[in-house]
Amino acid sequence: MFDKPFQLQIVTPARVAYKDTAVSISAPGVRGGFQVLYNHAPFLSALEIGELKVMKKDGSEIRFATGGGFLEVKDNAVVVLADSVENASDIDVERARDAKERAAGRMQSKDASVDVERARLAMLRALNRLKIAGRS
Amino acid sequence: MATLREVRNRITGVKKTQKITKAMKMVAAAKLRRAQSGVIAARPYAATMKNLLSQLVRSVDTSVNPLLAARDARSIAVIVVTSDRGLCGGFNANLIRTTLQHLGEKYPGVQEEGRLKLFCVGKKGCDFFSKRQYTIAGKYVDVYSDLVFTQAQAISREVVDGFLKGEIDVVEIVYNEFQSVARQNVVFERFLPIQTEIEAVEDAKTVDYLYEPSTVEIVDALLPRHLNFHIWKALLESNAAEQGARMAAMENATENANEMISHLQLVYNKARQAAITKELLELVGGAEALKKAG
Repeated sequence: MFDKPFQLQIVTPARVAYKDTAVSISAPGVRGGFQVLYNHAPFLSALEIGELKVMKKDGSEIRFATGGGFLEVKDNAVVVLADSVENASDIDVERARDAKERAAGRMQSKDASVDVERARLAMLRALNRLKIAGRS
Repeated sequence: MATLREVRNRITGVKKTQKITKAMKMVAAAKLRRAQSGVIAARPYAATMKNLLSQLVRSVDTSVNPLLAARDARSIAVIVVTSDRGLCGGFNANLIRTTLQHLGEKYPGVQEEGRLKLFCVGKKGCDFFSKRQYTIAGKYVDVYSDLVFTQAQAISREVVDGFLKGEIDVVEIVYNEFQSVARQNVVFERFLPIQTEIEAVEDAKTVDYLYEPSTVEIVDALLPRHLNFHIWKALLESNAAEQGARMAAMENATENANEMISHLQLVYNKARQAAITKELLELVGGAEALKKAG
């Protein structure tokens, strides 16, 4: 089932985070998580904040925390257009915790200039990073 | 004629200036390398984004999202991307001149009638326009020292807010595009409403994607990201172009200093020679006089 590799690229505005073959990728779609294998139909999905799980040909797995984006499948080439990705092993737990505190503070504040929705998203991203970092 | 000491002092002065310009050139070169790698790193994202957008936009109507819908161009906004620092040749002056010229051609009378708003990125542009009675809707200085994507997002958010509230009908962005170290190109691009007639993609066959969620929702999610990225790209390009321009300007300055030094050295040598000749004449004259007297 995991024998045929496809091309996978994970790109963000700042860098190319992954460019290689892979046999499987799991992603957090807005309508629920999904997995893409070889010969998937052409597909375009928006992604939520969550975890990207890539399995390479040799069976090793790479996990990324992502802040949302899009995933496109076409002719056995998968492109993830992510707002941000961070390799699970590179996540700075201290920083994520700080970000969480900051976001919590902003959500609590009564200041009208604070964008609560943005604070909430920042909170979700920080929690996601913590969760993924905690598992590795 | 300048005295020997004066010429000598000038030579030392020019040499010191030359040291500075040389150092600035090196610093610019180092920064340019970093800026360039930033531009290159953003390219894959740009290509993919463009692909997706042109695919999607063809399959939806422009009425589905207000960011796509064209309106009467009553109120114009321009995002002017300049640098924070000077000493980069005609980098900023050139951009500002082209901007004004372009505005005059495309939207005549827009400034005189008070329909123009500016979002200025970079101190140089801010200074220029705030001195001249332009309406500045947004001011973003000191963005290049630590260039991060969230800055592009912040700018984009403010502009889009103004657009959605109906305060602005058309937004253009102008910046220096990095072509090569010695060449920058001032480019004008439409920022909002997003132009849908993105050049016909070569492979005409449209792929039938499965969309999740619906096309419209994906378009809604994609467009703001496209805008953020548009500004981000402009910042990256401008940053690289600025360092390139500074490098070239400082290279020139160093060369000019060289020329100046060699010219001054010539003057100095001549003056010195003249002084020696004069002293000799005086000596000889003195000796003659002594001989006659003796």
